[in-house]
Amino acid sequence: MGWAFLSVWVLGFLLFMAYPLITSFYYSLSQVTLEGEGIQVQFIAFENYRRIFSSAPGFSFLESVSDFALEILFKVPIITVFAIIIAVMLNQKIKLRGFFRAIYFLPVIIASGPVINQLVSQGAATIPLVEEMGLINLINETFSENLARPIATIFSELIVILWFSGVQILLFIAALQKIDRSTYEAGMIDGAGAWESFWKITMPSLKSMVLVSVIFTIINLATFSENQAIAHIKNNMFALDTGFGFSSAIAWIYFIVLALILVIASLLLGAFKKEVSKR
Amino acid sequence: MKANTKNKIKHFFFGKKLSEGLIGRLVLYGLLLIIGFVYLLPLIKMFTYSIKDLEDLVNPIVEWIPTKIYLVNYQTSFVVLNYFKTLGVSLLVTLVPALLQTATTSIAGYALAKFKVKFKAVIFLLILLTYLVPSQIYMIPKYVMFHQMGILESVWAIILPAFFGQGLSSAIFILIFYQFFRMQPKVLDESGEIDGANPFQIFFKIGVPLATPAYLTAFLFSFVWYWNETYISSLFLGADLYTLQLKLLNFSSQFNLAQGISQTMLNEAIRYAATILIILPVLIVYIIMQKWFVEGIDRTGVTGE
Repeated sequence: MGWAFLSVWVLGFLLFMAYPLITSFYYSLSQVTLEGEGIQVQFIAFENYRRIFSSAPGFSFLESVSDFALEILFKVPIITVFAIIIAVMLNQKIKLRGFFRAIYFLPVIIASGPVINQLVSQGAATIPLVEEMGLINLINETFSENLARPIATIFSELIVILWFSGVQILLFIAALQKIDRSTYEAGMIDGAGAWESFWKITMPSLKSMVLVSVIFTIINLATFSENQAIAHIKNNMFALDTGFGFSSAIAWIYFIVLALILVIASLLLGAFKKEVSKR
Repeated sequence: MKANTKNKIKHFFFGKKLSEGLIGRLVLYGLLLIIGFVYLLPLIKMFTYSIKDLEDLVNPIVEWIPTKIYLVNYQTSFVVLNYFKTLGVSLLVTLVPALLQTATTSIAGYALAKFKVKFKAVIFLLILLTYLVPSQIYMIPKYVMFHQMGILESVWAIILPAFFGQGLSSAIFILIFYQFFRMQPKVLDESGEIDGANPFQIFFKIGVPLATPAYLTAFLFSFVWYWNETYISSLFLGADLYTLQLKLLNFSSQFNLAQGISQTMLNEAIRYAATILIILPVLIVYIIMQKWFVEGIDRTGVTGE
């Protein structure tokens, strides 16, 4: 009986997910040309991949991918820590809690690619001080070019990066509300201060939510339409010298990088989980 | 006695817990307000700039408070975006997929929550897979497929996947419904069975009505995510079906194409006004339904286990 209810989804999965995914991999090993109504697919093994790594001048996909990985490295901790701090503050007994929660969630509603794009390009996406203090120049002078680019991006978009934490804040609040108040009281009787209770009661009970939140953040950033790496996939689809096969190969490299990031993040957090429970 | 007074004073300022003393409170509210203000600064800037005229824009002294309210920017953006027509398109490719996606994912979530399904673990794994694999990886074959089906550059390219539960973040909605239906007491279904209802009747007569909060939350999130999506829609929808977001994405070229505003030059005030016009519909929905967004995550129990 369950399958009757599931059938629509299963059909959709096969048609719009499994089949395209497999085909996409096959395309990545092929030369794909569109001819009017038809499509011609010629198997060329790893030629597309070789082309990407032998990277013709002016082709910056690999650069975007490494930028993306570095940005994740910086953005995910920023977003996660910010979300935890705000969630802990909003979880206190305060007046206007609903109002504050609504404010911190607001960006989720409006943060689309084009809107963020407008804000960034008009210089409204960051704290005014960043520009006035010449921070960006400082970063460009201090770090090597490949490192300076993503760091400068982060500072010039600082506020809208924090905008990606709306859902995570709610996740953490929900996790915080599950902690029994009496645990804190028991801790207080044993002489634990606010700082100690935070590390010994609050953090351990947030640990599984941290993993959920980090994965959500990574996927969210990975599919955000202003992401340069995925822009390459689309741009190369209709470029004369590249086409569908080449773009598919790009997409798969991107996917492998993303999967690696997810695996590393889970492993790191798994280790972190153990560390916290030991305390 | 002395120690007691000292403690009382200490507690008054610092509280037994950090948040209960006066200083703790002040710091807490202060931080929430300041961070909240900075957090919304881009929006505030967008709004103040959108009502600046050219004079205010170039005047370095006029930063946050314009000397007058200048609404021509909105008029111009309104024309450039062809607002009402584009809004119609946007609503079509947002509301319909959101509704269909909510319906299908709820049925799938119900199946997983209520029935013994063989290979349930595999199904969950596949659902997780649909979430973890970005659609960018497999959109090219989808593009070819839609091309061959002849539904490219039509709304069906967005609606069909949504109907089959493969829309935006479908996995999240299946999990929401799974959690929600799992919490429903089994006794209700059993009483339905005794009355001779078949599983479909039980689903529609008992499951669905009791799950209204989950439906509302899922629909609202689905609506917002579809509204803000541009990557896929820019690929699958043709130029005739430009949504508000897509027009904003290509605002300069849209501006040059637009008729009847030839005297104006594109400036940031007009860009900001256009951006506000685009976030306005979701903003209104948010203001009205705010509770369902913010509390929905809690109430539907997504966060459980």
